[in-house]
Amino acid sequence: MDFNAIYVLWLREMKRFTRARSRIIGMLIMPVFFLVGLGLGLGSLINTFALGGSSYLQFLVPGIIGMSLMSVAVSSGFSVIWDKQFGFLKEIMVTPNSKVSIVIGRMAGGSTTAMLSALIVILISLLIGFQPNFTLFSLVALVFMLLIAMTFISLGLILASIISDLQGFGLITNFFTMPLLFLSNSLFPLSSLPQIVSDISYFNPLTYGIDGIRKALLGPSAGITQISIWMDLAVMLVIVAAMIGAAAYAFSKSEVGQ
Amino acid sequence: METIKVSNLTKEFGALTAVDGISFKVSEGEIFGLLGPNGAGKTTTIKMLTTILRPTRGTASVAGYDIIKSPNDVRSSIGIIFQDPSLDDELTGRENLEFHAILYRVPKDRRAKRIPEVLKLVELEDKADVLVKNYSGGMRRRLEIGRGLLHDPKILFLDEPTIGLDPQTRRHMWEYIERLNRQHKTTIILTTHYIEEADYLCGRVAFIDHGRIVALDTPSALKEKQGGDIVSIQMGGTTAKAEKVFKRKKWIKSISKHDNSIDLTVESGEKRIPEIVMLAERQKLPISAVSLHKPSLEDVFIHYTGKTIREEEGSATDRMRIHRAAWTGRR
Ligand SMILES: Nc1ncnc2c1ncn2[C@@H]1O[C@H](COP(=O)(O)OP(=O)(O)OP(=O)(O)O)[C@@H](O)[C@H]1O
Ligand SMILES: [Mg+2]
Repeated sequence: MDFNAIYVLWLREMKRFTRARSRIIGMLIMPVFFLVGLGLGLGSLINTFALGGSSYLQFLVPGIIGMSLMSVAVSSGFSVIWDKQFGFLKEIMVTPNSKVSIVIGRMAGGSTTAMLSALIVILISLLIGFQPNFTLFSLVALVFMLLIAMTFISLGLILASIISDLQGFGLITNFFTMPLLFLSNSLFPLSSLPQIVSDISYFNPLTYGIDGIRKALLGPSAGITQISIWMDLAVMLVIVAAMIGAAAYAFSKSEVGQ
Repeated sequence: METIKVSNLTKEFGALTAVDGISFKVSEGEIFGLLGPNGAGKTTTIKMLTTILRPTRGTASVAGYDIIKSPNDVRSSIGIIFQDPSLDDELTGRENLEFHAILYRVPKDRRAKRIPEVLKLVELEDKADVLVKNYSGGMRRRLEIGRGLLHDPKILFLDEPTIGLDPQTRRHMWEYIERLNRQHKTTIILTTHYIEEADYLCGRVAFIDHGRIVALDTPSALKEKQGGDIVSIQMGGTTAKAEKVFKRKKWIKSISKHDNSIDLTVESGEKRIPEIVMLAERQKLPISAVSLHKPSLEDVFIHYTGKTIREEEGSATDRMRIHRAAWTGRR
């Protein structure tokens, strides 16, 4: 394992992240829009019966955390394509470091930015009235957040090793992330969704990640009642392992150069 | 001792054969040049030797390691300066160097010493902490050159290293490359469009055209093979009589006629000019001008490929390329 390479790629991502203010703001616009627009606006109209009596905002926040993790994480594939287009990828690829280390370095950088943006989302939700049931156990939410980030960074890397232009990448990721968002328990409880949508949602990694966060932050009775948080964790671990393997494979197969 | 052995290296891109079964050897401590027009396959060759591209057929060993079987060992032994931009725009010059050094496992104390050295060499000390996106094209190129040298590679690949540099900086780089080669015995493989660059720097030169090596030797041997100097005579009138006159002289190796001038190939042209002029005088040949042309690598190149490398045009496209990269880089 080439820790030097992992460290450099991580550090580089951090420097770029803290320097690009507009990027940070761009990352937060959608989540905040959803939190305020849906959580406060629409939320007041929603019959909270399906939510077991708690407010819609309580339900929504874990979903929005998942959503922002997903979108920030997928965009780490964007920076791979960026590097490919502007040539820096050659510089990385020609150094004597294994591709696995390079993938891990990207993961480390991408997860850190995704986690940072998700923590900001949590902070904003607390400000607008989110009241989690904070205990030591709530920290498990961080594990789920990390697993979501890693799943979607892997997806981003896989897409980046297939697609070579930035516009195309933007289109394709929207094509993936929008349905993943709506075909999950992120915005509405599965029980209140049409049967077909709720069935499909069980094949969506986001569903388990968000359900885990919900249970960790709001207590074991929150979220999907048929599934325990450990089940969520098990499913997420399997998915992450498979996705990282697929990403490392796709990366090792993709040839740099034009 | 050979440090690079290339055997039958081939790269096909679909129907296009970019590199067509080339073979050559480079000894330790040599400066070896690949010279050829646009699209000849120079960059593709370098990319295969530096393990960025997989050859379609054939193989090579670099620093004793096979490029296909042990790419990682090859990578630890080499440095490369790419033809196309390869910097991170969002980082400063110093950060680009620092990250490179860490990626190549240069120890911390060595890093602390080497980075200022390199910055000084490429004259970027006062720009070291500016983001690269605010650099000029030439400054970027200099930073890339500095970065390639940073980890003291045993073998250095330079793909058109001085593209986009002003003549003064170019000279400066040549001198440095030469010194590096002399003092550290660094083996250097470089590609270039600039004939004088190859002539000045390279111990041996391979001409490459359509993916094939068409000639390979030292610059002076290549020039000698041309058979001598060319004395070009502008005629006031017809060239027919002049041709007859010159044909009788044994020391004239070959004659070629153009509209109203005639080219003679001779050895030591400067010594033959008086004789040529006197001969013309005696035979009443109306000469209006005489010029002497010593064969350059460019002539050798024309001889083997039937075309000029056209430096002027070359540098215009270079500028365009760099410009384009800079433009897309800022989007
Ligand atoms: N990835 C690629 N896919 C398809 N064709 C390619 C690719 N890379 C290079 N080529 C083609 O291979 C040929 C050789 O290209 P190469 O870049 O090696 O030329 P070069 O000698 O370096 O030229 P230049 O002097 O312009 O840098 C060209 O015809 C080019 O279009
Ligand atoms: Mg080239």
